[in-house]
Amino acid sequence: MTQGPGAIEQTGGGRPLPPLARAARARAPGHGPAGGGKIAYLFLAPYLTLFTVFVVFPAVYGLYVSFHSWDLLLPNKPWVGLGNYRALLDPSTPSGGDFWQSMKATAIFTAAAVPLLVVLPLGVALILNQKFRGRNFFRAVYFAPYVLGVAVIGVLWTLLLDPNIGVVNFYLEKVGAPENIAWTTSLPWAWVALVGVTVWWTLGYNAVIYLAGLQDIPRELYEAAKVDAASRWGRFRHVTLPGLRPVLVFIVTITILASANMFGQAWLITGGAPGNETRTAIMFIAQEGLQSFRLGSAAAMSFVLAVFLMLVSLVTFFFFRERGVSRGRRRA
Amino acid sequence: MAAVAHDRPAPPKARSAVLTVLASYAALIALTVVFLAPLVYMGVTAFKTNQEATRIEPTWIPKEPSTVAFDAILNRSEQTPVFRWFFNSMIAAIGQALLVVATASLAAYALARMEFRGKKVMTGVIISTLFVPPIIFLMPTYLLLDKLRWLDSLLAVTIPGAAGALGVFLLRQFFLSLPKELEEAAVLDGASPFKIFWRVILPLSKPALATLFLLAFLTNWNDFLLPLFVLFSPESLTLPPGLGLLQGSYTTSYEIIMAGAVVATVPALILFIIAQRFVIEGVAATGIKG
Repeated sequence: MTQGPGAIEQTGGGRPLPPLARAARARAPGHGPAGGGKIAYLFLAPYLTLFTVFVVFPAVYGLYVSFHSWDLLLPNKPWVGLGNYRALLDPSTPSGGDFWQSMKATAIFTAAAVPLLVVLPLGVALILNQKFRGRNFFRAVYFAPYVLGVAVIGVLWTLLLDPNIGVVNFYLEKVGAPENIAWTTSLPWAWVALVGVTVWWTLGYNAVIYLAGLQDIPRELYEAAKVDAASRWGRFRHVTLPGLRPVLVFIVTITILASANMFGQAWLITGGAPGNETRTAIMFIAQEGLQSFRLGSAAAMSFVLAVFLMLVSLVTFFFFRERGVSRGRRRA
Repeated sequence: MAAVAHDRPAPPKARSAVLTVLASYAALIALTVVFLAPLVYMGVTAFKTNQEATRIEPTWIPKEPSTVAFDAILNRSEQTPVFRWFFNSMIAAIGQALLVVATASLAAYALARMEFRGKKVMTGVIISTLFVPPIIFLMPTYLLLDKLRWLDSLLAVTIPGAAGALGVFLLRQFFLSLPKELEEAAVLDGASPFKIFWRVILPLSKPALATLFLLAFLTNWNDFLLPLFVLFSPESLTLPPGLGLLQGSYTTSYEIIMAGAVVATVPALILFIIAQRFVIEGVAATGIKG
């Protein structure tokens, strides 16, 4: 689960110990009810080995690599300090110019996909939240595309969007659309295609999370609103939306991060075309590092992208949280 | 709300309720078509001849059903051994899911229930990695796999992914929610911590472990970015990079590419249909808890 959209959580664990655990700790310092001390390290050892070798070490090593001119094809990997980062700031260097173009592509995709993936799944979840026959069946159908990987989605939509023999153009032309829209090689159609495919692929995922959030809203609140003769919109506005706030923050955050990590769709459907217009940041970094083997430069780009993503998620988090707080105050 | 069937003429309120239900069903069915039609077309195309698969007028039922595409990818294909990819994917996904469940359950139990020095810091560090954008691991992981001589082997796509913190996070939340009395009784009986874990905790945790296994399996089964760059030779690929190779080798032989996509889809879809509730509730849980 390291790369799926589910890999990000909205808040840390850090839950305070329940009273029983605190009592147990007070009784026997250094031991929990289930044992502790050395035994705990035995339980932790297998995971911590994996975690150290494949999470902690790479994170540090990646930073180290980013300070070198690390070309796999050359014998020497000289220290360049911040050289790789400085080259990124200089648009005239090849890595600088192309990198920012790929960042722009990622930004365009994110700006287009996130609003759709925040609003549409909420609509679907609201429909699914009513009591009716076959609700679980529909929920499973809408979720189904997400179970298929991006590779299947990519090759499938390459067929469906084929300008000459694709079913999308066939049916669009029947209803009067222009002939042979080049979904994969022209703008803005390439963006429409990439965003559309991604919405189709992940809508169900967000809808399922919304649905769980909707089912957590106490029914009494709706009953109370009905007694107050609140309209359907009023109930949505004053009961549903405030009740969904934490889930909404979570959805916005994971959707931004998942969109900013977009790679497979562009790789398989447009290949970055037209030109390098739809080559996303992840795609460019992967090519720079693992096809051109300039790993130092690619590692530096990874960290720049990562800093951007963490800033964006911090901003989202505080934006929503602040509004939540002020709303609560106004009411009190 | 659904079964509003009165014989008497419905009062205005009930009539609007009926309209709501009808509108909802219309929307539900339209969405079902949108979500299922592409998948159906994938399956149908895999059973077409190349001539039919590349016709402008699409057919939703093959005029001359044919298994040439499957013959092509399963038998005569040294460059694109789809069957081999299938087994590679199975080994990697099952291996990684088992590794995740085994290591994460042990670690999560220690973090949830035991007291030891450095527990808070360790929990904080592990969980905070969930917020780190995964791209920063790609280059160093590649170099590490190179040093370990794991490039182009299934180890490269099985082991590193098992180090992710989501499993530990989810199981820790689950263990924290279990009542402590069961363990405390076992402690009084003199059971060892491992025995308690094995005999008391794990049996209670079957649904949580199954959910984690499924999510880990599906994540690995569908993983694309890492396998694409750390596996090279045709016989060592998993299905996702394999599909990329199929697309590159058979550009307009869509029936062949779709046959490969069907091979990659069927196990995931079967798992999903059998364990739909676990998968969906597991995903929903990642959103609610935390």
